[in-house]
Amino acid sequence: MELTDTEIIKRVLAGEQAFFAQLVQRYQSYVFTLVLRFTDNREDAEEISQDVFVKAYRSLADFRGDAKFSTWLYTIVRTSCITFLRKKRLETTSLDNERTSMQVESRQSGFTANAIEQKSKHAMVNAAIRMLSPDDSQILTLFYKGEQSLEEIGRVMRLDPNTIKVKLHRARNRLKEKMEKHFSYAVRELYED
Amino acid sequence: MPYGNYMRINRFSPGLQNEPELYTFNDNRMNKEVTIEDRLWDFIDGLSSPAEKSAIETLIAENVEWQRKYKELLNVHQLMVGSELEEPSMRFTRNVMEEIARHQVAPATKTYINKNIIRGIGAFFLSLIAGLLVYFFAMVKLPSDSSTRSQPVNLPSMNLEALDKVDYGKLSGNLPVTLFMLITVVMGLVLLDLYLRRKKEQVS
Repeated sequence: MELTDTEIIKRVLAGEQAFFAQLVQRYQSYVFTLVLRFTDNREDAEEISQDVFVKAYRSLADFRGDAKFSTWLYTIVRTSCITFLRKKRLETTSLDNERTSMQVESRQSGFTANAIEQKSKHAMVNAAIRMLSPDDSQILTLFYKGEQSLEEIGRVMRLDPNTIKVKLHRARNRLKEKMEKHFSYAVRELYED
Repeated sequence: MPYGNYMRINRFSPGLQNEPELYTFNDNRMNKEVTIEDRLWDFIDGLSSPAEKSAIETLIAENVEWQRKYKELLNVHQLMVGSELEEPSMRFTRNVMEEIARHQVAPATKTYINKNIIRGIGAFFLSLIAGLLVYFFAMVKLPSDSSTRSQPVNLPSMNLEALDKVDYGKLSGNLPVTLFMLITVVMGLVLLDLYLRRKKEQVS
Protein backbone atom coordinates (compact mmCIF):
# COMPACT_ATOMS: atom_id res chain seq x y z
CA MET A 1 0.00 0.00 0.00
CA GLU A 2 1.27 3.45 -0.92
CA LEU A 3 2.26 5.62 2.03
CA THR A 4 0.77 9.07 2.40
CA ASP A 5 3.00 12.14 2.49
CA THR A 6 2.50 12.50 6.25
CA GLU A 7 3.44 8.87 6.86
CA ILE A 8 6.59 9.21 4.77
CA ILE A 9 7.55 12.40 6.61
CA LYS A 10 7.11 10.68 9.97
CA ARG A 11 9.41 7.85 8.85
CA VAL A 12 12.04 10.29 7.58
CA LEU A 13 11.90 12.29 10.80
CA ALA A 14 12.31 9.04 12.70
CA GLY A 15 15.65 8.61 10.94
CA GLU A 16 14.69 6.51 7.91
CA GLN A 17 16.25 8.82 5.35
CA ALA A 18 15.69 6.45 2.42
CA PHE A 19 11.94 7.12 2.56
CA PHE A 20 12.58 10.65 1.38
CA ALA A 21 13.23 9.19 -2.09
CA GLN A 22 9.50 8.42 -2.31
CA LEU A 23 8.66 12.07 -1.77
CA VAL A 24 11.23 13.10 -4.36
CA GLN A 25 9.80 10.70 -6.91
CA ARG A 26 6.27 11.84 -6.15
CA TYR A 27 6.97 15.55 -6.50
CA GLN A 28 10.00 15.86 -8.76
CA SER A 29 8.00 16.64 -11.92
CA TYR A 30 5.79 19.11 -10.09
CA VAL A 31 8.79 20.94 -8.63
CA PHE A 32 10.75 20.80 -11.87
CA THR A 33 7.80 22.19 -13.86
CA LEU A 34 7.28 25.02 -11.37
CA VAL A 35 10.97 25.89 -11.48
CA LEU A 36 10.84 25.91 -15.28
CA ARG A 37 8.19 28.62 -14.98
CA PHE A 38 10.92 30.84 -13.52
CA THR A 39 13.81 29.87 -15.74
CA ASP A 40 13.57 28.20 -19.11
CA ASN A 41 17.05 26.69 -18.80
CA ARG A 42 16.65 22.99 -17.98
CA GLU A 43 20.10 22.66 -16.39
CA ASP A 44 19.42 25.58 -14.07
CA ALA A 45 15.95 24.22 -13.35
CA GLU A 46 17.39 20.85 -12.40
CA GLU A 47 19.96 22.45 -10.09
CA ILE A 48 17.30 24.60 -8.39
CA SER A 49 14.92 21.63 -8.08
CA GLN A 50 17.64 19.59 -6.42
CA ASP A 51 18.30 22.47 -4.05
CA VAL A 52 14.57 22.67 -3.27
CA PHE A 53 14.48 19.02 -2.17
CA VAL A 54 17.63 19.41 -0.07
CA LYS A 55 16.12 22.45 1.67
CA ALA A 56 12.83 20.59 2.11
CA TYR A 57 14.70 17.69 3.70
CA ARG A 58 16.63 19.93 6.06
CA SER A 59 13.47 21.82 7.13
CA LEU A 60 11.20 18.79 7.23
CA ALA A 61 10.72 19.11 10.98
CA ASP A 62 9.10 22.50 10.36
CA PHE A 63 6.36 20.98 8.17
CA ARG A 64 3.39 21.13 10.53
CA GLY A 65 0.97 19.28 8.28
CA ASP A 66 -1.70 21.99 8.38
CA ALA A 67 -1.32 22.46 4.61
CA LYS A 68 -0.59 20.03 1.79
CA PHE A 69 3.03 19.01 1.40
CA SER A 70 2.91 20.33 -2.17
CA THR A 71 1.78 23.74 -0.88
CA TRP A 72 4.67 23.85 1.59
CA LEU A 73 7.06 22.68 -1.13
CA TYR A 74 5.95 25.50 -3.38
CA THR A 75 7.00 28.12 -0.81
CA ILE A 76 10.51 26.62 -0.98
CA VAL A 77 10.38 26.57 -4.79
CA ARG A 78 9.46 30.24 -4.90
CA THR A 79 12.16 31.45 -2.52
CA SER A 80 14.80 29.21 -4.10
CA CYS A 81 14.00 30.47 -7.59
CA ILE A 82 14.04 34.10 -6.56
CA THR A 83 17.36 33.64 -4.76
CA PHE A 84 18.85 31.82 -7.74
CA LEU A 85 17.67 34.42 -10.23
CA ARG A 86 18.96 37.25 -8.05
CA LYS A 87 22.33 35.55 -7.98
CA LYS A 88 22.24 35.35 -11.73
CA ARG A 89 21.43 39.07 -11.76
CA LEU A 90 18.36 38.66 -13.86
CA GLU A 91 15.70 41.27 -13.51
CA THR A 92 13.36 39.58 -11.10
CA THR A 93 12.60 42.34 -8.66
CA SER A 94 8.93 42.02 -9.38
CA LEU A 95 7.31 38.90 -10.69
CA ASP A 96 4.40 40.98 -11.88
CA ASN A 97 6.70 43.21 -13.81
CA GLU A 98 5.55 43.55 -17.36
CA ARG A 99 9.17 43.66 -18.46
CA THR A 100 9.68 40.16 -17.13
CA SER A 101 6.78 39.08 -19.23
CA MET A 102 8.30 40.79 -22.25
CA GLN A 103 11.64 39.08 -21.61
CA VAL A 104 9.96 35.72 -21.41
CA GLU A 105 8.12 36.48 -24.60
CA SER A 106 11.25 37.57 -26.43
CA ARG A 107 13.14 34.51 -25.16
CA GLN A 108 10.41 32.38 -26.63
CA SER A 109 10.16 34.16 -29.93
CA GLY A 110 11.81 31.16 -31.57
CA PHE A 111 8.62 29.19 -31.10
CA THR A 112 6.92 30.11 -34.31
CA ALA A 113 3.76 28.62 -35.59
CA ASN A 114 5.47 26.57 -38.26
CA ALA A 115 7.87 24.98 -35.82
CA ILE A 116 5.22 23.98 -33.38
CA GLU A 117 2.27 23.13 -35.54
CA GLN A 118 3.68 19.70 -36.18
CA LYS A 119 4.14 18.97 -32.49
CA SER A 120 1.66 17.62 -30.03
CA LYS A 121 -0.93 19.64 -28.11
CA HIS A 122 1.21 19.10 -25.04
CA ALA A 123 4.18 20.84 -26.64
CA MET A 124 1.93 23.66 -27.81
CA VAL A 125 0.45 24.24 -24.36
CA ASN A 126 3.86 24.13 -22.68
CA ALA A 127 5.33 26.53 -25.24
CA ALA A 128 2.39 28.92 -24.74
CA ILE A 129 2.73 28.70 -20.95
CA ARG A 130 6.42 29.57 -21.21
CA MET A 131 5.43 32.75 -23.03
CA LEU A 132 3.42 33.91 -20.03
CA SER A 133 4.82 35.86 -17.10
CA PRO A 134 6.16 33.70 -14.22
CA ASP A 135 3.17 34.69 -12.07
CA ASP A 136 0.63 33.62 -14.69
CA SER A 137 2.35 30.35 -15.48
CA GLN A 138 2.78 29.48 -11.81
CA ILE A 139 -0.87 30.04 -11.00
CA LEU A 140 -1.88 27.83 -13.93
CA THR A 141 0.56 25.11 -12.88
CA LEU A 142 -0.48 25.25 -9.22
CA PHE A 143 -4.18 25.15 -10.09
CA TYR A 144 -4.10 22.46 -12.76
CA LYS A 145 -1.05 20.38 -11.91
CA GLY A 146 -0.59 21.02 -8.20
CA GLU A 147 -4.31 20.51 -7.65
CA GLN A 148 -4.26 23.44 -5.26
CA SER A 149 -7.46 25.23 -4.40
CA LEU A 150 -7.77 29.01 -4.78
CA GLU A 151 -7.44 29.30 -0.98
CA GLU A 152 -4.24 27.24 -0.93
CA ILE A 153 -2.69 29.21 -3.78
CA GLY A 154 -3.73 32.41 -2.00
CA ARG A 155 -2.05 31.26 1.20
CA VAL A 156 1.32 30.57 -0.42
CA MET A 157 1.21 33.67 -2.60
CA ARG A 158 -0.10 35.74 0.32
CA LEU A 159 -3.05 36.96 -1.68
CA ASP A 160 -6.77 36.88 -1.20
CA PRO A 161 -8.48 33.86 -2.88
CA ASN A 162 -10.64 36.28 -4.89
CA THR A 163 -7.51 37.97 -6.21
CA ILE A 164 -6.14 34.55 -7.15
CA LYS A 165 -9.41 33.79 -8.94
CA VAL A 166 -9.13 36.97 -10.99
CA LYS A 167 -5.46 36.26 -11.69
CA LEU A 168 -6.30 32.71 -12.76
CA HIS A 169 -9.00 33.96 -15.13
CA ARG A 170 -6.60 36.48 -16.62
CA ALA A 171 -3.81 33.90 -16.91
CA ARG A 172 -6.09 31.55 -18.83
CA ASN A 173 -7.25 34.34 -21.09
CA ARG A 174 -3.66 35.32 -21.79
CA LEU A 175 -2.80 31.68 -22.46
CA LYS A 176 -5.67 31.50 -24.94
CA GLU A 177 -4.44 34.69 -26.62
CA LYS A 178 -0.88 33.33 -26.88
CA MET A 179 -2.11 30.11 -28.41
CA GLU A 180 -4.32 31.94 -30.87
CA LYS A 181 -1.51 34.30 -31.81
CA HIS A 182 1.38 31.84 -32.08
CA PHE A 183 -0.32 28.55 -32.85
CA SER A 184 -3.37 29.72 -34.72
CA TYR A 185 -3.42 26.74 -37.06
CA ALA A 186 -3.45 24.18 -34.25
CA VAL A 187 -5.97 26.19 -32.24
CA ARG A 188 -8.33 26.46 -35.23
CA GLU A 189 -8.15 22.68 -35.58
CA LEU A 190 -8.98 22.30 -31.92
CA TYR A 191 -12.02 24.56 -32.16
CA GLU A 192 -13.25 22.67 -35.20
CA ASP A 193 -12.98 19.29 -33.41
CA MET B 1 -32.63 41.80 -10.92
CA PRO B 2 -31.15 38.34 -10.20
CA TYR B 3 -27.50 39.06 -11.04
CA GLY B 4 -26.61 42.12 -8.98
CA ASN B 5 -25.31 45.03 -10.98
CA TYR B 6 -25.57 43.49 -14.42
CA MET B 7 -27.19 45.71 -17.02
CA ARG B 8 -28.77 44.75 -20.28
CA ILE B 9 -26.69 45.13 -23.43
CA ASN B 10 -29.18 44.03 -26.02
CA ARG B 11 -28.23 46.61 -28.59
CA PHE B 12 -24.80 45.00 -28.98
CA SER B 13 -26.03 41.46 -29.22
CA PRO B 14 -28.93 40.91 -31.55
CA GLY B 15 -29.23 37.29 -30.47
CA LEU B 16 -29.74 38.20 -26.84
CA GLN B 17 -32.75 40.49 -26.91
CA ASN B 18 -34.89 37.97 -25.12
CA GLU B 19 -32.36 37.33 -22.36
CA PRO B 20 -33.15 39.76 -19.59
CA GLU B 21 -30.46 41.69 -17.77
CA LEU B 22 -27.86 38.97 -17.59
CA TYR B 23 -24.69 40.02 -19.24
CA THR B 24 -22.61 42.89 -18.12
CA PHE B 25 -21.88 45.82 -15.87
CA ASN B 26 -21.83 48.41 -18.66
CA ASP B 27 -23.04 49.02 -22.18
CA ASN B 28 -19.69 48.03 -23.51
CA ARG B 29 -18.70 45.14 -25.74
CA MET B 30 -15.38 44.46 -24.02
CA ASN B 31 -16.96 44.34 -20.58
CA LYS B 32 -19.61 42.02 -21.89
CA GLU B 33 -16.90 39.62 -23.11
CA VAL B 34 -15.12 39.80 -19.77
CA THR B 35 -18.28 39.13 -17.83
CA ILE B 36 -19.29 36.21 -20.01
CA GLU B 37 -15.79 34.74 -19.70
CA ASP B 38 -15.67 35.23 -15.93
CA ARG B 39 -19.01 33.56 -15.47
CA LEU B 40 -18.11 30.73 -17.82
CA TRP B 41 -14.77 30.14 -16.05
CA ASP B 42 -16.62 29.93 -12.72
CA PHE B 43 -19.04 27.49 -14.34
CA ILE B 44 -16.20 25.35 -15.76
CA ASP B 45 -14.32 25.39 -12.43
CA GLY B 46 -17.48 24.39 -10.57
CA LEU B 47 -17.52 27.62 -8.57
CA SER B 48 -20.97 28.81 -9.68
CA SER B 49 -23.91 28.71 -7.32
CA PRO B 50 -26.68 26.23 -8.24
CA ALA B 51 -28.92 29.07 -9.53
CA GLU B 52 -26.09 30.56 -11.58
CA LYS B 53 -25.18 27.11 -12.88
CA SER B 54 -28.63 26.37 -14.23
CA ALA B 55 -28.88 29.89 -15.73
CA ILE B 56 -25.59 29.36 -17.56
CA GLU B 57 -26.59 25.88 -18.70
CA THR B 58 -29.71 27.42 -20.26
CA LEU B 59 -27.68 30.17 -21.91
CA ILE B 60 -25.21 27.67 -23.35
CA ALA B 61 -28.05 25.52 -24.66
CA GLU B 62 -29.98 28.39 -26.22
CA ASN B 63 -27.53 31.10 -27.12
CA VAL B 64 -25.04 30.77 -29.96
CA GLU B 65 -22.61 33.34 -28.58
CA TRP B 66 -22.45 31.66 -25.19
CA GLN B 67 -22.08 28.27 -26.88
CA ARG B 68 -19.13 29.51 -28.93
CA LYS B 69 -17.42 31.12 -25.95
CA TYR B 70 -18.03 28.07 -23.76
CA LYS B 71 -16.45 25.78 -26.34
CA GLU B 72 -13.45 28.08 -26.63
CA LEU B 73 -12.85 28.22 -22.88
CA LEU B 74 -13.53 24.53 -22.38
CA ASN B 75 -10.84 23.76 -24.97
CA VAL B 76 -8.29 25.82 -23.02
CA HIS B 77 -9.38 24.14 -19.79
CA GLN B 78 -9.11 20.65 -21.28
CA LEU B 79 -5.72 21.44 -22.77
CA MET B 80 -4.50 22.50 -19.34
CA VAL B 81 -5.99 19.48 -17.61
CA GLY B 82 -4.44 17.18 -20.21
CA SER B 83 -1.06 18.90 -20.25
CA GLU B 84 1.87 16.99 -18.82
CA LEU B 85 4.44 18.00 -16.27
CA GLU B 86 8.03 18.43 -17.33
CA GLU B 87 10.33 15.56 -16.37
CA PRO B 88 13.79 16.10 -14.90
CA SER B 89 16.67 13.80 -15.81
CA MET B 90 16.59 10.08 -14.96
CA ARG B 91 19.26 10.53 -12.29
CA PHE B 92 17.38 13.25 -10.47
CA THR B 93 16.16 11.24 -7.47
CA ARG B 94 19.57 9.60 -7.05
CA ASN B 95 21.30 13.00 -7.18
CA VAL B 96 19.00 14.37 -4.50
CA MET B 97 19.48 11.34 -2.26
CA GLU B 98 23.27 11.53 -2.64
CA GLU B 99 23.13 15.19 -1.71
CA ILE B 100 20.90 14.79 1.34
CA ALA B 101 23.11 11.95 2.61
CA ARG B 102 25.50 14.74 3.58
CA HIS B 103 22.80 16.66 5.47
CA GLN B 104 20.67 16.15 8.52
CA VAL B 105 17.13 17.24 9.27
CA ALA B 106 17.40 20.48 11.23
CA PRO B 107 15.47 20.66 14.50
CA ALA B 108 12.07 22.34 14.20
CA THR B 109 12.25 26.10 14.58
CA LYS B 110 9.85 26.05 17.52
CA THR B 111 12.24 23.86 19.51
CA TYR B 112 15.09 26.35 19.49
CA ILE B 113 13.15 29.61 19.53
CA ASN B 114 12.25 29.97 23.16
CA LYS B 115 8.88 31.62 23.72
CA ASN B 116 10.28 33.31 26.82
CA ILE B 117 12.76 35.17 24.63
CA ILE B 118 9.91 36.45 22.42
CA ARG B 119 7.98 37.44 25.55
CA GLY B 120 11.10 39.15 26.90
CA ILE B 121 11.47 41.19 23.70
CA GLY B 122 7.79 42.14 23.93
CA ALA B 123 8.21 43.20 27.55
CA PHE B 124 11.27 45.25 26.62
CA PHE B 125 9.32 47.21 24.01
CA LEU B 126 6.34 47.64 26.31
CA SER B 127 8.61 49.06 29.02
CA LEU B 128 10.14 51.36 26.41
CA ILE B 129 6.69 52.64 25.49
CA ALA B 130 5.86 53.07 29.18
CA GLY B 131 9.17 54.92 29.64
CA LEU B 132 8.27 57.18 26.75
CA LEU B 133 4.95 58.03 28.35
CA VAL B 134 6.62 58.77 31.68
CA TYR B 135 9.15 60.95 29.87
CA PHE B 136 6.32 62.71 28.03
CA PHE B 137 4.51 63.58 31.24
CA ALA B 138 7.74 64.57 32.97
CA MET B 139 8.52 67.02 30.17
CA VAL B 140 5.07 68.52 30.15
CA LYS B 141 4.93 71.65 32.26
CA LEU B 142 1.44 71.87 33.67
CA PRO B 143 0.66 75.37 34.93
CA SER B 144 1.14 75.55 38.68
CA ASP B 145 -2.10 76.05 40.45
CA SER B 146 -1.99 75.37 44.17
CA SER B 147 -5.76 75.29 44.51
CA THR B 148 -6.11 72.28 42.14
CA ARG B 149 -2.99 70.51 43.46
CA SER B 150 -4.11 70.36 47.04
CA GLN B 151 -7.64 69.23 46.27
CA PRO B 152 -8.80 65.82 45.03
CA VAL B 153 -9.30 65.70 41.25
CA ASN B 154 -12.84 66.42 40.27
CA LEU B 155 -13.12 65.39 36.60
CA PRO B 156 -16.21 67.32 35.60
CA SER B 157 -14.80 70.50 37.04
CA MET B 158 -11.21 69.94 35.80
CA ASN B 159 -9.75 72.98 34.12
CA LEU B 160 -9.19 71.79 30.51
CA GLU B 161 -7.69 75.12 29.58
CA ALA B 162 -4.57 73.95 31.40
CA LEU B 163 -3.85 71.53 28.53
CA ASP B 164 -3.64 74.46 26.12
CA LYS B 165 -0.85 75.88 28.23
CA VAL B 166 1.26 72.72 28.01
CA ASP B 167 4.73 73.26 26.54
CA TYR B 168 4.62 70.79 23.64
CA GLY B 169 7.61 72.42 21.98
CA LYS B 170 9.96 70.50 24.23
CA LEU B 171 8.70 67.25 22.76
CA SER B 172 8.27 68.15 19.10
CA GLY B 173 11.73 69.66 18.87
CA ASN B 174 13.43 66.59 20.35
CA LEU B 175 14.71 64.42 17.47
CA PRO B 176 15.41 61.19 19.40
CA VAL B 177 11.95 61.31 20.96
CA THR B 178 10.30 61.97 17.60
CA LEU B 179 12.24 59.09 16.00
CA PHE B 180 11.40 56.78 18.84
CA MET B 181 7.74 57.67 18.60
CA LEU B 182 7.76 57.06 14.83
CA ILE B 183 9.43 53.67 15.23
CA THR B 184 6.98 52.73 17.96
CA VAL B 185 4.01 53.72 15.81
CA VAL B 186 5.35 51.77 12.79
CA MET B 187 6.00 48.70 14.93
CA GLY B 188 2.56 48.98 16.43
CA LEU B 189 1.00 49.11 12.96
CA VAL B 190 3.04 46.10 11.81
CA LEU B 191 1.92 44.11 14.85
CA LEU B 192 -1.68 45.16 14.29
CA ASP B 193 -1.41 44.10 10.63
CA LEU B 194 -0.02 40.67 11.62
CA TYR B 195 -2.74 40.22 14.21
CA LEU B 196 -5.53 41.16 11.78
CA ARG B 197 -4.11 38.90 9.06
CA ARG B 198 -4.05 35.97 11.50
CA LYS B 199 -7.61 36.72 12.53
CA LYS B 200 -8.68 36.88 8.89
CA GLU B 201 -7.02 33.53 8.16
CA GLN B 202 -8.74 31.96 11.16
CA VAL B 203 -12.10 33.27 10.00
CA SER B 204 -11.59 32.07 6.42
